[in-house]
Amino acid sequence: MDRNQAAVQLKGITKRFGSFTANDSIDFELKKGQIHALLGENGAGKSTLMNIVFGLYQPDEGEIWVNGEKTVIDGAAKAIGLGIGMVHQHFKLVQPFTVAENIVLGNEPVKGLKIDYKQANEKVRSISERYGLKVDPQVRIKDITVGMQQRVEILKTLYRGADIVIFDEPTAVLTVQEIEELIEIIRNLAAEGKSIIIITHKLKEVMALTDMVTVIRRGKVIRTLPTKETNERQLAELMVGRDVNFTVEKTKRRPGDIVLAVDALHMKGERSKNVLNDVTFEVRSGEILGIAGVDGNGQSELIYAITGMRPVSGGSVRLNGQDLTNQSPRKVSVAGVGHIPEDRHKHGLVLDFTLSENMILGNYFKPEYGRYGFIDYSAMDKLATQLVDEFDVRTSGIDAQARALSGGNQQKAIIARELHKNPDLLIAVQPTRGLDIGAIEYVHKRLVQARNEGKAILLVSFELDELYALSDRIAVMYEGRLMGEVDAENRDDQQLGLMMAGNKAAAAAGNGG
Amino acid sequence: MENAKKIFNKTSFLIPAVAILLGLIVGAIAMLAGGYNPILAYSSLLEKLFSSSYNTGEAIRAITPLIFTGIAVAFAFRTGLFNIGVEGQFMMGMTGATIVGVTLDLPWFIHAPLAVLTGAVFGGLWAAIAGVLKASRGVNEVISSIMLNWIALFLSNFIVAKFLVEKGQQKSRPVHDSAMLTIDWLIELMDKARMHWGTFVALICVALFYMLLWRTKQGFELRAVGHNPDAALYAGMNVNRTMVKSMFISGVFAGLGGVFEILGVFGYQTVMAASWGYGFDGIAVALLGGNTPVGVLLGAILFGGLTYGSTGMSFGAGVPSEVVRIVIGSVIFFVASHGLVKWFLKPFLGRRASKRKEAV
Repeated sequence: MDRNQAAVQLKGITKRFGSFTANDSIDFELKKGQIHALLGENGAGKSTLMNIVFGLYQPDEGEIWVNGEKTVIDGAAKAIGLGIGMVHQHFKLVQPFTVAENIVLGNEPVKGLKIDYKQANEKVRSISERYGLKVDPQVRIKDITVGMQQRVEILKTLYRGADIVIFDEPTAVLTVQEIEELIEIIRNLAAEGKSIIIITHKLKEVMALTDMVTVIRRGKVIRTLPTKETNERQLAELMVGRDVNFTVEKTKRRPGDIVLAVDALHMKGERSKNVLNDVTFEVRSGEILGIAGVDGNGQSELIYAITGMRPVSGGSVRLNGQDLTNQSPRKVSVAGVGHIPEDRHKHGLVLDFTLSENMILGNYFKPEYGRYGFIDYSAMDKLATQLVDEFDVRTSGIDAQARALSGGNQQKAIIARELHKNPDLLIAVQPTRGLDIGAIEYVHKRLVQARNEGKAILLVSFELDELYALSDRIAVMYEGRLMGEVDAENRDDQQLGLMMAGNKAAAAAGNGG
Repeated sequence: MENAKKIFNKTSFLIPAVAILLGLIVGAIAMLAGGYNPILAYSSLLEKLFSSSYNTGEAIRAITPLIFTGIAVAFAFRTGLFNIGVEGQFMMGMTGATIVGVTLDLPWFIHAPLAVLTGAVFGGLWAAIAGVLKASRGVNEVISSIMLNWIALFLSNFIVAKFLVEKGQQKSRPVHDSAMLTIDWLIELMDKARMHWGTFVALICVALFYMLLWRTKQGFELRAVGHNPDAALYAGMNVNRTMVKSMFISGVFAGLGGVFEILGVFGYQTVMAASWGYGFDGIAVALLGGNTPVGVLLGAILFGGLTYGSTGMSFGAGVPSEVVRIVIGSVIFFVASHGLVKWFLKPFLGRRASKRKEAV
């Protein structure tokens, strides 16, 4: 195999949507057998470019060369015929079908009029073994983990004879271990001579996995360089277009009065087991209390309990001494609690409302937004304009549907709204989930700023890096209980990990020290 | 006004217009297949509607209840509920108005408003039953409200036959004149067509529908709950209470439709074997109008106009009214299948449409 020949070469690709240029004369070259990262922030034009390669969009200008030949890719079928496969971010699998059925779908081996399932299973198993995918062809999709489903998608492209595999944000939905396994699989594919493109905005993965990296910003190629000649900091700068602060500047904490006091909180679960068990803690003004823990250990329920979205069966919640136990969400909000919810699409926004309308969600009943039962639309729009400006929410206008905003801008809008309420306690749950570097930096800065202004902040996160960067104290939750608390500055990673896994001895040591 | 612009954008007019055209074409094909002359049929339909002031007036009378039921369905739909029980709420509105109109004897300025109010509240409470069931026990409002339709029908029949009946007849005693809401000078002007204040109330309700949902805090809550109950809860709204409110308001619109059939048109209530179908037609009207205020008004005019004009097609061109239902049915079919019409329009809209689709 000629290692120097390009598997895919793009020359001057330009793609416009109306007046918006998503790709601006992009040059890109994927060498055979290489793993090439396409790095850029959300909305930089990575996905558009790959959809062009996969034949879903037609470029307005430019040429595509595959294996040294100039081609026009006018559909996914043509792309597959050329040996290009794509593993989408959102899997396209039929849930009740088996793995093998999903893989052969659209290209089934037949015996007379019937599908030859035996042969299908056999084929799938042999490909799976060859690339170390360890997928059982006969289980149903709905019974396997997300990580396994992704492997099925990979198998699907291989079954269709792909030599060039495009991964769209492959690690977005995976756990830490699954990511490591995926990296292994992708390395195997490359070793077998497949050429691979990975669309991502995660720097760690680029460094760990790829041979080359092309950075895209605002539809333009900023630079292409070998991975081993660069580092995370440089890539982040290229990607965002300015210096990026990985560490948040924080002054020494000056905790004030107790703002939130949670005492012996209990909550019943769907079944008999308690989802919250004797949870007691307090947050003072001017400090950030981080709640660490693996997803699903009662963190969401704790927040629902504090904000009044789900009733508790015992214990109390007090804000500045005022009893808020089992009060309505409205009462809690008015008492001075801002809440950046875990799921911004489910709770944080009404996606079909305009950005303006979303800015008064939770405040619409206040007299400044209208009297006599009417809504004062000009006051609402004024507020929205002010917040959009102040928090740099990128939108086509305040009348745009919330749905049309990117995730980062949706999050900024929510933060703007919640901070504008000027709450004494700000609850932030997974505030940077799914955001890119620039947005994460911004959100962190705002949270620390709120802390410095004397607000009490309760931060729930599954990312230890985030908790380390922001928290003053870190409490660990496990199976609905608080395992204990550690000081964020003098922490012990291993001990924290053990506490998250439910190790009581570590918890005792933590509380002692 | 920005909001109004958003609600009535260009495609929201173009698509129904083309859908209606396609429906008329399919109807014409059906008539041709049956050996009738579609051009003669359509022209006699128009002639029926506009030839005499009596017919125009009667067409307006036929359109009026459809505006009410259309708004009732559209309102509930905007708040995330499918009120299929408009029929029953309409019946309860009739019954409420009849009870007050027949049994009480009051000066007109108290009697008529009281009859209207009673009917409206009857309709509202009837709908609220489905709302309460959904809010408290999670009963799907489609099931409960369709069942309540039957209960409303037979309850109304029972009330009329037991308490209000005119001796020896299958209908109630007449409503006192003091409760009637006919417009006598307009009736004279329109050559005895049954004109009544309900038509104007219907138009006011169209405006109310818009004001309530898009201008008030209550409407903000109603729409938020409709689009995303989880976010509404997060924002401190009482989701269950809002659902009941929404059903109540929807039922009030439906009930008002029934009220004016009694107080404006008939002056008595009959014992019926089956309900009128205005409620179900209201679903079609709401769909035709894309659940927008003006859309519902236009949808009711189209639907009522076609229905009333169909007698003209029968007389003028010998087309049976069943074929007219085919025309109406195909119009609704095309309006309901947005995708089909858009696909049909694509070559005409050309590049612009395909571009926009890609940008999504």
